[in-house]
Amino acid sequence: MLVHSRRARRAVHAVFLALFLPVFALPFLVVAAASLATRWSGILPAGVTLDHYRAATGGDAIDALTTSLLTALAASALALVTGTWAALAAKGSRARRVVGLLFMLPVAVPSVVVGLSLLVAFSRPPLLLNGTSTIVVLAHAVLVTSFAHQAVSAALDRLDPAYEQAAASLGAGPVRVLLRVRLPLLLPSLSAAAGLCFALSMGELSATIMLYPPDWVPLPVKVFAATDRGALFSGAALAVVLMVTTFLVLLAVSRIRTRAVHR
Amino acid sequence: MTTGIRFDGVSVAYGGDVVLDSLDLTVEPGEVMALLGPSGSGKTTALRAVAGFVRPVSGRVFIGDRDVTDLPPHRRGVGMVVQQYALFPHMRVDANVAFGLKARRAPKDGIAARVAEALEMTGMSAYARRYPRELSGGQQQRVAIARALAVRPGVLLLDEPLSALDARLRSDMLAELARLHRDLPDVSMLYVTHDQMEALTLADRIALMDRSRLQDCGTPQDLYRRPRTEFTASFVGTANLLPVTVTGDGVRFAGAVLDVPAGTAAPGAPATLCVRPHAIGLGEGPNALRGKVTEAQWRGATHRLCVDVAGHRVTADVGEPHGTPPLGTEVTLHFAARDAVLLPAAAAGAGGGAAHG
Ligand SMILES: Nc1ncnc2c1ncn2[C@@H]1O[C@H](COP(=O)(O)OP(=O)(O)O)[C@@H](O)[C@H]1O
Ligand SMILES: [Mg+2]
Repeated sequence: MLVHSRRARRAVHAVFLALFLPVFALPFLVVAAASLATRWSGILPAGVTLDHYRAATGGDAIDALTTSLLTALAASALALVTGTWAALAAKGSRARRVVGLLFMLPVAVPSVVVGLSLLVAFSRPPLLLNGTSTIVVLAHAVLVTSFAHQAVSAALDRLDPAYEQAAASLGAGPVRVLLRVRLPLLLPSLSAAAGLCFALSMGELSATIMLYPPDWVPLPVKVFAATDRGALFSGAALAVVLMVTTFLVLLAVSRIRTRAVHR
Repeated sequence: MTTGIRFDGVSVAYGGDVVLDSLDLTVEPGEVMALLGPSGSGKTTALRAVAGFVRPVSGRVFIGDRDVTDLPPHRRGVGMVVQQYALFPHMRVDANVAFGLKARRAPKDGIAARVAEALEMTGMSAYARRYPRELSGGQQQRVAIARALAVRPGVLLLDEPLSALDARLRSDMLAELARLHRDLPDVSMLYVTHDQMEALTLADRIALMDRSRLQDCGTPQDLYRRPRTEFTASFVGTANLLPVTVTGDGVRFAGAVLDVPAGTAAPGAPATLCVRPHAIGLGEGPNALRGKVTEAQWRGATHRLCVDVAGHRVTADVGEPHGTPPLGTEVTLHFAARDAVLLPAAAAGAGGGAAHG
């Protein structure tokens, strides 16, 4: 929005904060406060302790965080490869819309259904994956591939064919054109898609809870377990750890993107 | 190594629309051929058929004596330069120029030297470590040309390479291209443009396209001095096109008999007389035309006068030293018989450009 006078700009900022703070920031502030609290005073947490964080950064909790990170990395890598591949393969063909809709289906149904269907599909040899970490990764990938596919498809549509044609006329075969020209030009969109997939996977709970084996417990499950048994403050500390970690990873990804755009 | 290009009855259609209609054209080895024509006449399509980005529905394309019709673009060995440059934005200038050499697996130790040579040739050596976005339009176009030349193609395809540049830069680049062609006498060039100046300046021969078809082909002088159709006359240079009737020993125009070689035209037949504006003089002389000045433009060295001769508009570029005649003045124009060309009358509805007043 183009706003020129300084007063008008201040007004716009004020309105933005008035809308943004209660909806986005306040819930997170409450969680952050709760993670440090010892008791409730009325509707607000009160008292200060670091005990919850000591619990949230040791032993079990760290294992869960690592599990979450590994799951999210694997799932977003899988989603990115699948989504990009599908977008490249279906480009300019009539299959494009159909493929897009297929990837979108898992997002449209409750995640529990996705978990359940994977459970049923992979419950028998030779496709026996129940009780493995693989099925958790698979579920996350299924849930987030649509976002990768959408982002890459849209970027491919905008990509000027002149680049790949210039490359081909210079003697580059399809593989070289893909690796040296198309993918580098898609890098900003790919990294944006990677960030989104990663964030979605870090927070996934409903499908995970149906599938996770005892030796592969992602952090959101821990958060849920803690709040479920009434340990709200510990749950809040775990949630803060989850948020901060995700935020740091997204920050790193967006730095890659900034570099890619500004070259 | 010399390589020409040959179109052998090449037709291209997009979903049933024929946009290139059985093109027959040969670009000799080392020749610069301009494909000149109005926008939408199928020039780019013809060029893309050589590069391999569009498949002809019929006909064959040859590069040298190799039939490339069924080869994918990366096996054709042509260099291509397009209007929007298409430099790879994520690579520095030197990497852009080296791209084709790497793609063709040139020996590693030779690549740097070839890149330096190509940048030298286009005067871009000082910019090797820049990214394309750090260059001006003219510089980007030079890099695009260097990139295409680095692989030493036998054939260079240029699609309106100068149309994104401003007028000044365009004429500089035109001179550069002419110099490049002198330095690389073996490279055949197919140069697509809608600008007759570029075609006249650069080309050994001009192929004139209109409405998906090749209309005419010849040297610039040939097309300019001896056009064969009204379209050629009006598209290559400017022309007065006057409707005349052939008589026994000349032509009749607006009641007057003009002394013009009628060639083989049958007496009584309608025809079109083509006279270039600069061939028309002010004052009495052979083939006098009388009329009123309706428009006058001062153009520095010359005046452009538009004179209404019996309802027909005649344009003359005259070097009148005593100022522009006022509008409405009765003037007499004349031209020499050898400066006039008699053309067959255009079929009704076809071939625009006749200067009916
Ligand atoms: N990819 C395409 N799909 C459909 N029609 C096209 C395509 N490319 C060009 N055309 C049509 O083909 C005709 C000739 O185009 P083109 O060769 O680009 O003309 P020029 O280069 O002479 O301006 C135009 O009418 C244009 O609309
Ligand atoms: Mg064109």
